[in-house]
Amino acid sequence: MAQNTRTVPAGTPTNVTQKHNKGGIGESILRPDGTLKVTGEFAYSSDMWHEDMLWGQTLRSTVAHAEIVSIDISEALAMPGVYSVLTYDDLPAEMKNYGLEIQDTPVLAHGRVRHHGEPVALVAADHPETARRAAAKIKIDYRELPLVTDEASALAPDAPLIHEGRDDHHIGHVPHPNIVHRQPIIRGNVEEARKRADVIVEGEYTFGMQDQAFLGPESGLAVPSEDGGVELYVATQWLHSDLQQIAPVLGLPPEKVRMTLSGVGGAFGGREDISMQIHACLLALATNKPVKIVYNRFESFFGHVHRHPAKLYYEHGATKDGKLTHMKCKIVLDGGAYASASPAVVGNASSLSVGPYVLEDVDIEAIALYTNNPPCGAMRGFGAVQACFAYEAQMDKLAAKLGMDPVEFRQLNAMEMGTVMPTGQVVDAPAPVAELLRRVKARPLPPERQWESAGENADVRALPGGLSNTTHGEGVVRGVGYAVGIKNVGFSEGFDDYSTARVRLEVINGEPVAMVHTAMAEVGQGGITVHTQIARTELGVTQVTIHPADTQVGSAGSTSASRQTYMTGGAVKNTCEAVREALLEIGRRKNGSYHPAWATAELLLEGGKVVTDGGEVLADIADILENEAIDLELEFRHAATEPFDLVTGQGNGHVQYTFAAHRAVVEVDTELGLVKVVELATAQDVGKALNMLSVVGQIQGGTTQGLGVAIMEEIIVDPKTAKVRNPSFTDYLIPTILDTPTIPVDVLELADPKAPYGLRGMGEAPTLSSTPAVIAAIRQATGLEINKTPIRPEALTGTL
Amino acid sequence: MRVNFTVNGRQQEADDVWEGESLLYVLRERLGLPGSKNACEQGECGSCTVRLDGVPVCSCLVAAGQVEGRDVVTVEGLAEFSKQREEHGHGGACGTGGGCGSKGVSLDAAKQWQAHGPNSELRSRAGDSQTGEGVELSNIQQAFIDAGAVQCGFCTPGLLIQADALLEENSSPSDQDIREALSGNLCRCTGYEKILDAVRLAAARQSEAV
Repeated sequence: MAQNTRTVPAGTPTNVTQKHNKGGIGESILRPDGTLKVTGEFAYSSDMWHEDMLWGQTLRSTVAHAEIVSIDISEALAMPGVYSVLTYDDLPAEMKNYGLEIQDTPVLAHGRVRHHGEPVALVAADHPETARRAAAKIKIDYRELPLVTDEASALAPDAPLIHEGRDDHHIGHVPHPNIVHRQPIIRGNVEEARKRADVIVEGEYTFGMQDQAFLGPESGLAVPSEDGGVELYVATQWLHSDLQQIAPVLGLPPEKVRMTLSGVGGAFGGREDISMQIHACLLALATNKPVKIVYNRFESFFGHVHRHPAKLYYEHGATKDGKLTHMKCKIVLDGGAYASASPAVVGNASSLSVGPYVLEDVDIEAIALYTNNPPCGAMRGFGAVQACFAYEAQMDKLAAKLGMDPVEFRQLNAMEMGTVMPTGQVVDAPAPVAELLRRVKARPLPPERQWESAGENADVRALPGGLSNTTHGEGVVRGVGYAVGIKNVGFSEGFDDYSTARVRLEVINGEPVAMVHTAMAEVGQGGITVHTQIARTELGVTQVTIHPADTQVGSAGSTSASRQTYMTGGAVKNTCEAVREALLEIGRRKNGSYHPAWATAELLLEGGKVVTDGGEVLADIADILENEAIDLELEFRHAATEPFDLVTGQGNGHVQYTFAAHRAVVEVDTELGLVKVVELATAQDVGKALNMLSVVGQIQGGTTQGLGVAIMEEIIVDPKTAKVRNPSFTDYLIPTILDTPTIPVDVLELADPKAPYGLRGMGEAPTLSSTPAVIAAIRQATGLEINKTPIRPEALTGTL
Repeated sequence: MRVNFTVNGRQQEADDVWEGESLLYVLRERLGLPGSKNACEQGECGSCTVRLDGVPVCSCLVAAGQVEGRDVVTVEGLAEFSKQREEHGHGGACGTGGGCGSKGVSLDAAKQWQAHGPNSELRSRAGDSQTGEGVELSNIQQAFIDAGAVQCGFCTPGLLIQADALLEENSSPSDQDIREALSGNLCRCTGYEKILDAVRLAAARQSEAV
């Protein structure tokens, strides 16, 4: 058994191309966890249970910005059934903050709270209701402080500083300490280019705060171990990133915090940051008992970061024959009280602010603010989603002003392979932007006014208002809208982005079995399905076992940024190739003298056998291995990226680009302002679909989240108090099956030669263009200028 | 207090139940049946749907004391419930819900989604300890797996109970019937298309089997 670590850069050519193996890549094999999930046996993080377990409860601030004058826990502690009450003073280590990039987030508030719902105290009790009631008995005396809620109040000369004494690496280049990060991008000469413009359009756009609204609430179980450490079972997107943040504040070495991934009920970026992880560990260590924390939906709205709301100011010019001349924009993202992923969101928003278009003269600026609003961070497509909403509105405005068809106008300016991004990076893989638009446009439109043509079969439920039976077609108008977007794949800007895979090949009951062990968070996306397929393809085996994800193996990086099939899929492929080489080496040693093909031919693994390129069987894998096991753990990296220059924004910052286009067909009841999305067709290039069933599922799911933020989803924060007003599924609406239309999907597979199997990360792109396509369709139906998303009935009927 | 009721055909007794506990809490935390899910605990998402004396309800909105002497079916008992129904011959028939036989789809039509890509029946063996291999599934459970209607799976138990109840009432629902029946069940992963595929598939398989 050999166990070592070797780094192989992405795209390193191997001299063997494995042919098709049954159940390998390209087949829509079914999820390995499907049976457990349909029988209720699959163990999610909220399903964990332990003998003698306590329940943890978080007490959160009821105000957004205040000094904590005093905390009195005596009544809570005195309650029967309460085992522990913890505040800042009880934190065991010198390190009392955590954070993804900047450690600015207190584990428990210290003297001051900076947003509504900030954790202040913890309770452990023998029943969740006892814990809740005890938390309610903790008395906190707040002295409220002036609020910072938007760009004006954040950057005012006398603005209160959200974080005093900043020493993070962005403070040196931001113009104000209430700005987390600023990224300008300057290329060409906008002033000169503007002179060539025959038309110029300007726009100011507002993007609302979206919630990930994953269905499985933040939850987990911490079990104290005999060595003074802790075992943590939790739902997260990146075990090792959690570990790096958890261990220091517990005052434990990382090896004493043993993490195992529990079942994850969706993520969408909302589990990149720490939620209850540290709190559960603190309570478990304080009580020396297992502690379970499960947020309810109300708390979940405070327990994770949201999508950055944004203000976007754009100016575009074009010649009368429809060529873009220049673009100038400023994107202001509200990062809320703590940094979370704000710096990366700024990087994406600025570098992708032009969209998938050729633009040589640009002047771009993106900033994220510190405010007293809820912290914002990662959500599917971050940075790129907000920009896409704005630049696509601009494209429609330009086309209208030029009297051109909006799709043809986009196609005329569409980027392609070889286009230079505003950062100076050359797009080095297929970029079928015009083709994706052509495909969604060529699709036949759903029949108009079905309620008239369908006669007796007319179904009122398909109309705006649906089950509420609010119209039989009166006042209903149709609109069609288009949009296309560009997203980066993987961690950018010089981040050392890698993944690790351990693969063990051995013979069990006479049959070769591959065991794949990674720390990849399976959050529903189907990563474990493709790992199974990759192992089959590369090792020619049928049986593949997926080891539970834990911190006993190297980091897999985050399940985000559309990166896991590329990165951990790539890592599994890479390790399997090394295992295959090791197997063939054993084969050569044992059998090489019996057949010259061992030395001369290209050898493949197929159907449990070693075969030559020509199909001649040389040996059974099982016979080569006998009682030996090959066990390798290797790291895999994509091609290195560079940070963006802090003045010019130049740099090869991204790993890969990914594209999707949408066509939305909507019907709007103009009297009531109700919108029915009739169809939301999409086309996307995925490079290579490792599992088409999963790919289509991702595209439809991402499209629906984009629809949600177009017409209903928004966390409402009261600008007077910075308090969240709708933290429930009663008041924060996500699309139901009645709100969601048919979503026809057209998948292109244009290989990116530098990626494993030519694949392209694909999970986020559908969330970008879905929103602007729906809004464009509503604009066309109503003739209204809509510059904000989501757009709700009161705005469509003018009763706002 | 003590609550006695039947869960998945088995008599159960829960002791020391606090009066404020929901049926969902008792199932998950006292009876070791965590299949019914706790996504919102306010009756908005449908993830905790169970059959209470045959009627689909959000178990988070039912006080545990209310189920005294009653009969509950959860996702853990769905396969057996479905099997019993088939054996006793009162499942799959047209109920009073309407729409029966008029707007449903054939098995071939229900499999339209397969045109999206090659579909292998090959299922991988994975999971270190327990894979659920060899478990007998109900028609609707199998259809959810086959159609790709399961991603994170947190909404799945509630949707299965609700969809199974729909097909019991209406063996060939139209798409709008399916949408109406499942409109109280939120899913954040799939965009619902493959859930529709799964219900159509289950309906078509059910009608072929009759």
